[in-house]
Amino acid sequence: MGEVTLTKLLRKGAEASLFLADWHGRRVVVKTRLPKKYRPEKLDLTIRSYRTIHEPQLMHEAKAAGVPTPTIFMVDVKNAAITMEFVEGKQVKQLLDGLPKTERHDLCVRIGELIAKLHSHGVIHGDLTTSNMILSSEGRLFMVDFGLGEKSNEREAQGVDLHLLKRALQSTHYQFAEECFHDVLKGYMAVLGADAAERILEKVKEIEKRGRYIAERKQDS
Amino acid sequence: MVAHKTSERYCLGIESTADDFGVGISTFNGKILANISNGYIPKEGGIHPREAARHHAEVADAVLAEALAKAEVKAKDLTLIAFSQGPGLGPCLRTGATVARALASYLNIPLVGVNHSVGHIEIGKLKTGAKDPLTLYVSGGNTMVTAYASGRYRVFGETLDIALGNCLDVFAREAGLKHKKGVPLGAAVEQLAQHGKELVLLPYVVKGMDLSLSGLLTAATTALKKGNCSLEDLCYSLQEHAFSMVTEVTERALAHTEKKEVLLTGGVAANKRLQDMLKFIAGEHDATFNVVPRAFAADNGAMIAWTGILAYTHGLVTPVEESFVRVRWRVDRVDVPWVK
Repeated sequence: MGEVTLTKLLRKGAEASLFLADWHGRRVVVKTRLPKKYRPEKLDLTIRSYRTIHEPQLMHEAKAAGVPTPTIFMVDVKNAAITMEFVEGKQVKQLLDGLPKTERHDLCVRIGELIAKLHSHGVIHGDLTTSNMILSSEGRLFMVDFGLGEKSNEREAQGVDLHLLKRALQSTHYQFAEECFHDVLKGYMAVLGADAAERILEKVKEIEKRGRYIAERKQDS
Repeated sequence: MVAHKTSERYCLGIESTADDFGVGISTFNGKILANISNGYIPKEGGIHPREAARHHAEVADAVLAEALAKAEVKAKDLTLIAFSQGPGLGPCLRTGATVARALASYLNIPLVGVNHSVGHIEIGKLKTGAKDPLTLYVSGGNTMVTAYASGRYRVFGETLDIALGNCLDVFAREAGLKHKKGVPLGAAVEQLAQHGKELVLLPYVVKGMDLSLSGLLTAATTALKKGNCSLEDLCYSLQEHAFSMVTEVTERALAHTEKKEVLLTGGVAANKRLQDMLKFIAGEHDATFNVVPRAFAADNGAMIAWTGILAYTHGLVTPVEESFVRVRWRVDRVDVPWVK
């Protein structure tokens, strides 16, 4: 059952390497969290096994919430490797800037809807960037990379999740950041309702103000 | 005695965002002629902004005189005055700004306000030769991962609460370590950490490219007070956790931006262990590793002088009436027309 033939390194991310592989004649992705030699072994092992165990659980929860995620086939905690479905498509990061205005708008609304679905089912993604969203060739929007995620219903965690996406938009898609985040919130609101979305937005603002050297924080001088 | 060419142009930069009052003098082609600093050392606790500002006002005269003497430049030969306009502690910034305004008015030369964070990045680039780096800027007041894109330094990741240097300093004070002249508290932690043997597991909080250090500080301080672990082990564990976190977010930003240079700058950049970790991830992603030299790691006037030159030669000046300090001047709000 464990017969996986690695064929090609797809992507070397920050914490894991993605290999394209063949598993019983099926094209799969093997996500391996290789040891990070810069940190002590004990800490490294703790982080890698924690994330390897939690990521598939969160992806499963996400699916149950109606958010497309790659199907998990195998989890190898010892080697910190997860074998999952290969999703043919493009990262939203690569697509977004080149899209016509209306399509960009629609895509961002869909992103907002998916995040709302995650949050309403108690799933926090933990690393919402456009690199972690894949638009498949059939037009389905997948969320990937739940390694930093957690199970939580707290508004704080949901707020941080959205704050991270806002910042990712500002740093990577700075020319459209504002309109894109606005559209994301539109989608978020459509699923959760205006009141709930408003409360989260307040939280996002509060989290932003906690940051260092924020002009909006003006209690002194 | 080096005779300077009469055609040479010089900028004097004043740094006073926090506990250091620094004056640097640079030629317009980036030769640093002087970089003098005098730090305020609190009798107890952290930096008291008013006391630090008082210190700056007291030493300003002597630091200026020493810098001019070291550079062998006369005040009347200066072309430009640059000062740290923010972000930082209000009273400290205002003291430096006052000195800068007085000098520029008296000498009747232009004044230019510099963003302190941009200063740390630019001195790092000048001293290492890095052109377009992904920068990890870590100090007592800042912890951020930035890279240039379209006119500005964009923030990819940062601390959600306290800064890395602050985390180390507060722990050191809780452990009763004393700040001595020339030995920052962080360096005392670094020395003790080298004798640590047993890694104590502490909170490790990374959120995307952001991180949170306050929980780690609380846990380390609590463990210290319980007294079950040696101070050496705790210093070691605190550093390993905190540095692993900043290294992880830097690596994530590196994978995301695909930059080919990594630059480590700011006061904590002097830490050897942190340097080793970042060097490692730079190598993993085929990027070069660059670290600001120790003399330019902590807050200094030279970085302000040099960044002032970059701004001035690209058409930026700060009229005195617009030279109010900007206590919360985020790096991603600053136009940097000199970067291409």
